[in-house]
Amino acid sequence: MSAPTRVAPSGAAKPSVKSDEGPSLIEKVLQVRSLGILAALIVLVVVTTMQNSNFLSSQSIRDILLAASIVGVLVVGQTVVMITKNIDLSVGSVLGLSAFAAGSVMKGADGAPIVVGILAGIVVGAICGLANALLVRFGGVPALVVTLGTMYIFRGIAYLWAGGEQITADEMPSNFLKLGTATLLGVPVLVVVAVVAVVLAGVYLRRYRSGRDLYAIGSNGHAAELAGIAVGKRILLAFVFSGAMAGIAGVMFAARFGTVDAAAGSGYELNVIAAAVVGGVAVVGGVGTVWGAALGALLLTTINSSLPVLQINQFWQQAIVGALILIAIAADRLLAVRAAQQLRKRSAHVD
Amino acid sequence: MSTDTIEPATTAQPDTAGRTSTVGRVREVLAGWDSAIIAITVVVLVVASVTNPDFGSSRNFTFLVLDLAPIFLIALPMTFIIITGEIDLSVASVLGLSGAAMGWMWNNGFAIEMIIPMCILLGCLLGALNGFLVAKLGLPSLAVTIGTLALFRGLAFVLLGDQAVSNFPRAYTSWVTGTVGGTSIPNLAIPLVVAAVVFAVILQATPLGRDIYATGASDTAARFAGIDGARLKFWLYVVCGAVAALAGVLWSLRYSSARADNGSGLELAVVAAVLLGGVSIFGGKGRLAGVLAAVVLLATLQNALRLEDISNEALTIVTGVLLIVAVLLPNLLKTVRTSAQRRKLQNAS
Repeated sequence: MSAPTRVAPSGAAKPSVKSDEGPSLIEKVLQVRSLGILAALIVLVVVTTMQNSNFLSSQSIRDILLAASIVGVLVVGQTVVMITKNIDLSVGSVLGLSAFAAGSVMKGADGAPIVVGILAGIVVGAICGLANALLVRFGGVPALVVTLGTMYIFRGIAYLWAGGEQITADEMPSNFLKLGTATLLGVPVLVVVAVVAVVLAGVYLRRYRSGRDLYAIGSNGHAAELAGIAVGKRILLAFVFSGAMAGIAGVMFAARFGTVDAAAGSGYELNVIAAAVVGGVAVVGGVGTVWGAALGALLLTTINSSLPVLQINQFWQQAIVGALILIAIAADRLLAVRAAQQLRKRSAHVD
Repeated sequence: MSTDTIEPATTAQPDTAGRTSTVGRVREVLAGWDSAIIAITVVVLVVASVTNPDFGSSRNFTFLVLDLAPIFLIALPMTFIIITGEIDLSVASVLGLSGAAMGWMWNNGFAIEMIIPMCILLGCLLGALNGFLVAKLGLPSLAVTIGTLALFRGLAFVLLGDQAVSNFPRAYTSWVTGTVGGTSIPNLAIPLVVAAVVFAVILQATPLGRDIYATGASDTAARFAGIDGARLKFWLYVVCGAVAALAGVLWSLRYSSARADNGSGLELAVVAAVLLGGVSIFGGKGRLAGVLAAVVLLATLQNALRLEDISNEALTIVTGVLLIVAVLLPNLLKTVRTSAQRRKLQNAS
C-alpha cells in the first residue's frame, strides 16, 4: 500500500502518460507554461532596455531582484500550500508580526547576535503557521476561512503589541540592518536567501516523495489518502512551512526597510497569490512549481520597475497585474483542455 | 470535502425526531447558528446602549447606519454568490472604480442624474466580466476575482490618479448623511431595509432562491434537475457588480470624496461578515438573516469600541476570532454529535 516511489515528475497525481517518447505530455505543457512567463519577462526587459539602456545596469538589476526577494520568499511558502489545494491569506499579517518581533528583539537586546533576531522572526512565523495548520487540520475549517480569520487576528496582535509605536532604523543595531544591504559575491544577501529558498523548495517538490505527495493531495485528496499518504500531516507541515517563510520574509523586511510598524506587509497576501497564479500555480490545487511562481514574482516586480522607464503612468501597474492574472488562468485552462484532448486521442489510439 | 452540503436551508428547521436530550440540544444549536448570531447581536446592542449613553444617541445611530451601509449592501449579493459555491473578491474594487468613474464624469461636466445610473451600468458590466469568466468559461472564481480585484482597482487609479473629487452637489451628499424628516431614522436606512427584504424574500421564498441553494449544494444534481447554474451564476455576478457600484456611489457621496482607493480591503470584511453569518464557504448552506445580523454585529462592535476609546485594531482580533469560531463551532458540535450517536449504537448492540 505504499505510494509509488517515483511518480512522474510534474505529472502530479494525474494519470501520467506511459510513453517511451521523452517527457510526458503534462510535463511538456508545464514547460510551455513556464517558458511563456520567461518569454514575457525577456520581452519586457528587452523593450525596456531599448528605451533606456540603464535598465540593464547592475544597479538596476540589483534593485529589481531586491524588490522581488521578499515576495519571492513568501511565494515559495504560498506555492507549497496552494499545491495542496489550500491557501494562506495570512502571510501579509504573519510578515508584519514577525518583522515586528525581529525588530523588537534586536532593539531590546543591544549587542545580541543578529541570529537571535532572525530566529525570533522565524519562530513567530512558524507559530502562526502552526496555528493555521491546527485549525485547518483539526477544526475541519477550510483554509480560506481560517487564514482570513487569522489574517485579522495576527494583524490585530501586531497592532496591540506595537501600540502605535514604530521601530526605527536608529533603534536597531547596524549589523542587523546591514543584512539588508550586504552582498555575497556582489549579490545582495536578501536575494541569495530568496534564491536558496526557491531552489531548495523546488528540488524538494520535484525530487522527494513527500514533495510529490503534496501534488497528489492537491489533485485528489481522497485518492491520496487511499494511496496511504499522510494527508493531514503533509498539509499541517505545508502551513507551518508557509508561516516560517513569512517569518523569514518579515526579518528581511525589517532589515531592508529599517522601519517597522504594525502595518508592515499589509496587503501582501494578494500580491503573493497573484505572483503564484501568474506563475502557473492553480488555486484548485495539484498544479504548479516553485520556479514558475518565483518567475511570476519576478515578472510582476519587473513590470513595476519598467513602467517609469517606458514612461507609462505608474497608475497602470495594478491594472496590468490584474490583466496578467486573468490571462494566466485563461491560458492554464486552454493548455489543460488541449492536454486533455491529446490524452483522449492517444488512449483512443491505444484501444 | 463537501459531502454534507445537501441539506440547504432545512438546517434551521427543528429536528423532527425527538432524540435524546443531549443530541437534541446539540442539533438545536447546530440548527440555529443564525438565531445564535442574531441573539448575540441583540445582546451586544443592549449592552452597548446600557453601558454607554452615547451609543443610543440618534447621532451615533446615524453614524452606525452610515458605517455599515456599504458592507450591508454588498453582503446581500455576496451571500447569494457564496451560497452557489463561488466567491467575488473584486467587490471593493468595483466600489472604488465606480467612485472613480463618478468623480471623473463629474469633473468632465456630466450631470449627477446621468452619472449615478452610468456608474451602476458600469458595475453591471464589471460584474458581467466576472460572470463571463467564472460561469461561461468555468474558471475558478477565487483566481478570477483576485485578478479583477487588481484590474478594476488599477483602472480606478488610471481614471483618477491620486486626486480626490469632492464638490458633489450638496443636495445629494446631505441626503446620504441626513435623516428622515424630524426623526432620527437615517435616510439610508430605508433603502437598506428594502433591499434586505427583497433579497431575503428572493433567497428564502422563491424558486430562484431554491435554485441558488441547489446549485451550491451540487452543481451536477442541479443541472440534472433542469437548473442552468451557469446562467444563474452569471446574473448573480452582474447583480453583485451593480450593488457594489451603487455602494461606490454612496461611499463617494457620504464622504464627499471620490478617490481611486475608496473601500480598499473591504472585500475581506464583506466575506468575513457573510461567513460569520453562517454561510458555508462550500456553498449550499446559510441564510440571509444570519448574514445581516453578522454585519450589524461587526458594525456595532466597531462603533461601541470606538466610543470606549478602544482601538480599531482590537476589533480586527474580535472579527478574526468570531469568524473562526463561527465555522469551528458547528464542526466541533458535529463531532460531539456523531460520537454520541456511535456510543448509543454501541450500547444498543
